Amino acid sequence: MPVTHKTLVKSKQGSNAQSQQKPLAAKTAKVVSKKKDEDDGTEIGEGGDEWMHGKTLIKPPDQLDLTEAELKEEFTRILTANNPHAPQNIVRYSFKERSYKPISSVDQLAVHFFLEGNLLHRDSDEARRQKAKQGLPDEKATVVTETEDEKLETPLQAAGGEEAGDVEEGGGEDGAHSVDSKTGKKEQKLTNQFNFSERASQTLNNPLRERGCQTEPPPRASFSATANQWEIYDVYLEEMQKQEKNKEKAKAVPKKEDDKGKKKLTLVETQSDDLTKVAKVAKIIERMVNQNTFDDIAQDFRYFEDASDEFREQEGTLLPLWKFQYDQAKRLSVTALCWNQSYKDLFAVGLGSYDFTKQGRGMLVFYSLKNSTYPEYNYPTTSGILCLDIHPDRPYLVAVGFYDGCVAVYNLKEERPEPVYKSSSKSGKHTDPVWQVRWQKDDMDNHQNFFSVSSDGRVVSWTLVKSELVFTDIIKLSLVGAVSEGPEGVPPPTMACGTSFDFHKQINYLFLVGTEEGKIHKCSKAYSSQFLETYDAHNMAVDAVKWNQFHPKVFISCSSDWTVKIWDHTIRTPVFIFDLNAAVGDVAWSPYSSTVFAAVTADGKVHVFDLGINKYEAICQQPVVAKKKTKLTHIEFNPVYPIIIVGDDRGYVTSLKLSPNLRSKPKWGRKKLDIQFSGIHYYPPSFLFLRKTG
Amino acid sequence: QAEVEETLKRIQTHKGVIGTIVVNAEGIPIRTTLDNSTTVQYAGLLHQLTMKARSTVRDIDPQNDLTFLRIRSKKHEIMVAPDKEYMLIVIQNPSE
Repeated sequence: MPVTHKTLVKSKQGSNAQSQQKPLAAKTAKVVSKKKDEDDGTEIGEGGDEWMHGKTLIKPPDQLDLTEAELKEEFTRILTANNPHAPQNIVRYSFKERSYKPISSVDQLAVHFFLEGNLLHRDSDEARRQKAKQGLPDEKATVVTETEDEKLETPLQAAGGEEAGDVEEGGGEDGAHSVDSKTGKKEQKLTNQFNFSERASQTLNNPLRERGCQTEPPPRASFSATANQWEIYDVYLEEMQKQEKNKEKAKAVPKKEDDKGKKKLTLVETQSDDLTKVAKVAKIIERMVNQNTFDDIAQDFRYFEDASDEFREQEGTLLPLWKFQYDQAKRLSVTALCWNQSYKDLFAVGLGSYDFTKQGRGMLVFYSLKNSTYPEYNYPTTSGILCLDIHPDRPYLVAVGFYDGCVAVYNLKEERPEPVYKSSSKSGKHTDPVWQVRWQKDDMDNHQNFFSVSSDGRVVSWTLVKSELVFTDIIKLSLVGAVSEGPEGVPPPTMACGTSFDFHKQINYLFLVGTEEGKIHKCSKAYSSQFLETYDAHNMAVDAVKWNQFHPKVFISCSSDWTVKIWDHTIRTPVFIFDLNAAVGDVAWSPYSSTVFAAVTADGKVHVFDLGINKYEAICQQPVVAKKKTKLTHIEFNPVYPIIIVGDDRGYVTSLKLSPNLRSKPKWGRKKLDIQFSGIHYYPPSFLFLRKTG
Repeated sequence: QAEVEETLKRIQTHKGVIGTIVVNAEGIPIRTTLDNSTTVQYAGLLHQLTMKARSTVRDIDPQNDLTFLRIRSKKHEIMVAPDKEYMLIVIQNPSE
């Protein structure tokens, strides 16, 4: 090194001279180095001096000899950074000057060593690409943690060295990178190379135990329901009913006994509710089944109109519909028929016997047109029924007259088979068969009452007072006319036997009574001993007397003497007489026309008359029963439907539909009818038409 | 009670009636004149149909209620009369 110092200071010449100077330099250098060595002292030591003295100058043989002057010449050398191998005289052609010109500056770079390394600059493309590949997971974390930048900046600044430097550089990316070092992929932790020691400790991990408990699950039941409009409605109804019951209970608190009784009843019901609840449904089904079986009859009843009536001028026919019979009533004959006013398909049949010798039991049977095979209600009675009447306002009350003289009232609403009221010998029952009963309007005290007529000659009014029948004799029928002396001077019985009666439709107090002697008495409720009028009606007992439903003056009567007579109550002789060729059992006016009436005879025929069409003949004469021996006993028109029911002495009831010709309504008003009748007034009685059988 | 029995008996012996089934509110047949499998089948199917029909009627007017249901087929007619607690099914051949 001391050698080189010297050469720096002194050499001026070029590098070629440098090699010459070397031994000289070495000399001087020695001296210098001596001093230096002495200065340094310690390193070289003594041995260096000896080495230096021991050395003698050895001249090489071919060394250039130089004079001393030449030797003292100083050559300055300059150390430059020029590349000795670089050419100094590069010349280039310049087209501008059209000559070669030397280049002033020449590249002096000399590459001594070249090694391809594997370090990339951070900002170079390749580095960026690599970073991109590696940095994707990192950069994601950085995006997430960018928000935490601010939070983490301050602790990071406190962190050592490079990390802080990174934060100070700023910029999101860099900050993120530093955050990265903490949260995401860890950069290699820079550790002190000399005395870094890493110590780790682990806390005691408590052994994991799992403990669980299970309670018993609460009882579960699956529930499903639909919430329809009607279900909601039902619930509301129940609520209302409950509220009403509560109100009633609140009002009727002291009635404890009744409640007890009710409780008993309810208990009984729940026990026996097995099939009783099916009753209603079974009834409906039975009717449906019957409707199916008798489907054609039902259709006929409703819709069939005999078209052939157009071709028959005035005559009509009767179409047989249902036939009602009851097994247990086989031996009995129909003694009474009555339609129910409120339920138009319900009618009552009284069964008994007209035969004096064959008296036994009887039956009260109710049929509905909807079910012809079985009655709706039936009440067996001990004595034969002879007459019945259904209350017009209270369709569940039925008054019945018996052959033994009793009268009874049945309440259809009640379940029991006995009548609600029954007259007994104490309470004034008749001593002879009761032939007719009729309900009246309620009296002043709102009690129901009805009248009855019997062969013992009394017309009695019965009033339903609480639970009793109270009777009042209205009139006693006395024999009018010739009184024949009985044998031995015994006074003859003065009582006539009433066999039928009827009340005027409009005039309440006026009524007619037909007797066994063939007389008809016009009576009034007001007069108990006197008749208003008496008509010599028939030769035999008057079987039926009926007021006309429209005409206030006309009534009809029939008898076993084969005749049917029409009267005007102001005239003592009949207006019309019809001979029907057989004992007439019953006669009835039609509810739709004042001129139509029907009669049934013992030869099984039904005769329908329409005085508006034909005054002399029946417009329909039709046998309705199979066997000719059966006598028809009763006939009734249905108030609404165009059918009639006919009872016979075998216990059957036949229903028949009236053909259109029989249903013609009168085309004229009442006035004309009056004229009709009044016109006959002027005819002397001999001109009355007596029809002979043909 | 006896009256109901009698009515049911009358229905069963009526002309053309093939069978009768009494079904309770859950659709389980209580009484039947047919064999078991047929009964169960009829009861189940008709119960559903009746409920549906009833629901329909009452949805239209909640104050109304189904009185009966008739299903007429080629071979016979099935009549169902529902009630609050029971249902009566009758199969009849009307043409006999």
